[in-house]
Amino acid sequence: MTNILEVRGLTKRFNEFRAVDDLTFSVKKGEVYGFLGQNGAGKSTTIRMLMTLIEPDSGEIEIFGKKLAKNRKEILRNIGAVIERPDLYKYLTAIENLRIFATMSGIKVSDKCLMEQLDTVGLAARAKSKVRTYSQGMKQRLGLACALVHNPELIILDEPTNGLDPQGIADMRNKIIQLSKEENKTLLVSSHLLNEMEMMADSMIIINKGKKIIEGKVSELLHPEVSVIELKTPSHHSLSELIGKTEWASCLKMHSGDIFRFEFNKDRISEFNKQLVLAGIEVNSLGPVNSLEQFFLSQTQE
Amino acid sequence: MFFTLLRIELFKIFKRPRTFIAFAAVAVIVVLVQFALKLNGKDFIELYTDSQTDTFEIPYEKIQNGYFVCVAVLHMILIHVPLLVALIAGDMISGEANLGTLRLLAGKPVTRGQIIMSKFFASTVYVALLLVWMALFALLGSILLFGTEDLVVFKETDLHIIRSHDVLWRFFAAFVFAALALTTIAAMALMFSVFSDNSLGPIVATVCVVIIFTIVQQLRVPVFEETVNPWSFTTHMLGWKGFFYVEKTAEGETINGSIENPAALVKSGLVLLGYIVLFLAVSISYFRKKDILS
Repeated sequence: MTNILEVRGLTKRFNEFRAVDDLTFSVKKGEVYGFLGQNGAGKSTTIRMLMTLIEPDSGEIEIFGKKLAKNRKEILRNIGAVIERPDLYKYLTAIENLRIFATMSGIKVSDKCLMEQLDTVGLAARAKSKVRTYSQGMKQRLGLACALVHNPELIILDEPTNGLDPQGIADMRNKIIQLSKEENKTLLVSSHLLNEMEMMADSMIIINKGKKIIEGKVSELLHPEVSVIELKTPSHHSLSELIGKTEWASCLKMHSGDIFRFEFNKDRISEFNKQLVLAGIEVNSLGPVNSLEQFFLSQTQE
Repeated sequence: MFFTLLRIELFKIFKRPRTFIAFAAVAVIVVLVQFALKLNGKDFIELYTDSQTDTFEIPYEKIQNGYFVCVAVLHMILIHVPLLVALIAGDMISGEANLGTLRLLAGKPVTRGQIIMSKFFASTVYVALLLVWMALFALLGSILLFGTEDLVVFKETDLHIIRSHDVLWRFFAAFVFAALALTTIAAMALMFSVFSDNSLGPIVATVCVVIIFTIVQQLRVPVFEETVNPWSFTTHMLGWKGFFYVEKTAEGETINGSIENPAALVKSGLVLLGYIVLFLAVSISYFRKKDILS
């Protein structure tokens, strides 16, 4: 698959503070790419640089195989974005907002097309209501409609589930997956929620303090071949003896009180459990630890 | 694309209720002045003719006509209209930043220069429409209420008498000049707007600058008369009055179609144009580099 977006060595400072620090990543065509990090990690600053709202101090951005700095207008014509809050013209109606953003993206659309677009986000019935009367969820959906109205190839959504209720979050997630899987759009979605990314992203990057921590396929990052397996047992003396006599000794990575951590393939958990039962070792809990979540928290929390 | 942007900007301006405050204010002020002059026009004219009542008899009924009332309205109103223009132009960029729509606007396939220019021209159209509105009320309304006669204009102790058939083109020219003056204010408010992320700051800053320069101009002390006033835009904004000062023959007869000091008018026009170019250049160069964080 070809890369739709390539970022190389992107850096942005605000006085002495490095908001984005030598960031490099790439997004492939047709995938949902998760952009993960705590609040203030540099996600929005990066997105603003992708949208040419902020000028990078150094680094390169290539979108659709072209340098952003030299082909700004051409590239932006093919990007739809919702950056942070979906702020729109509150004194205008939904259809008026949509028409403005369609026109500014260089396309002419009929009212019928605009209504169809509003229908896809469930706002057709409120098309002629002023945006100031909308709930947060409705604004979020209208923001998405404005980002999609010109049928862009790359869609950038900055914290799209912020402020939504559980149903709104599920709807947004389904819409993102539908755009990717059914319409073959490429989406860059930022969030600070790992579980959100797990449910919709194909690949992802985790950043902290503007730096890349890890990048890769979600399936590989969240479900690695070798997992960290955690065992809690009150029989820790017996377990230590058992382990000393078996091949599991080479898998033991940590032991603290009644907690033992091993590294081996998850498929071998039942085999390990069987040996524990046969040896008469009491087990309080046994299972894989979400290593990425542990890793994310350990890297991003002070 | 530029005209598309301009159309969008005008659509946004005229969809906001605050836009119509200025139109309502102008209508109210003009009607108030016309009402006052209808009832107490003689007292008003006496303020100007005090020193001349001993020399000859003043024909108040003839002086108090539609043209005279319109000039009086312009004298009063054009001092205050800049505040109304600042209300719209000062909100052009900062209002978008405050609303959060600036990042959507700047993330579209248009240049930052195009954004500024479309907003500037939208402000100019707004100014022009405001002046057309003012002309309708102040000129047309006054003609209907007071009728037409020769226009008498007071310039300090001097009297300028313009024949009624020589008046209308002067009003047209004066309104065009006033449009240029108010466009200068719009350009300045837009410039302040580029530097700010809240709506109020640029509006207040514009109003303060106009007040400061107006006070400096009215002090009439040599230190300002020789240094600041020749180049202050508030001095040149009053240039429209020049269209109502006429040349006279040696016998004191008005020369039809003449202007007393056309060179001063041209200078004022050029100074105002220079300010507009300066304000726009500053706006564009700053906005092109501005990190949009709102």
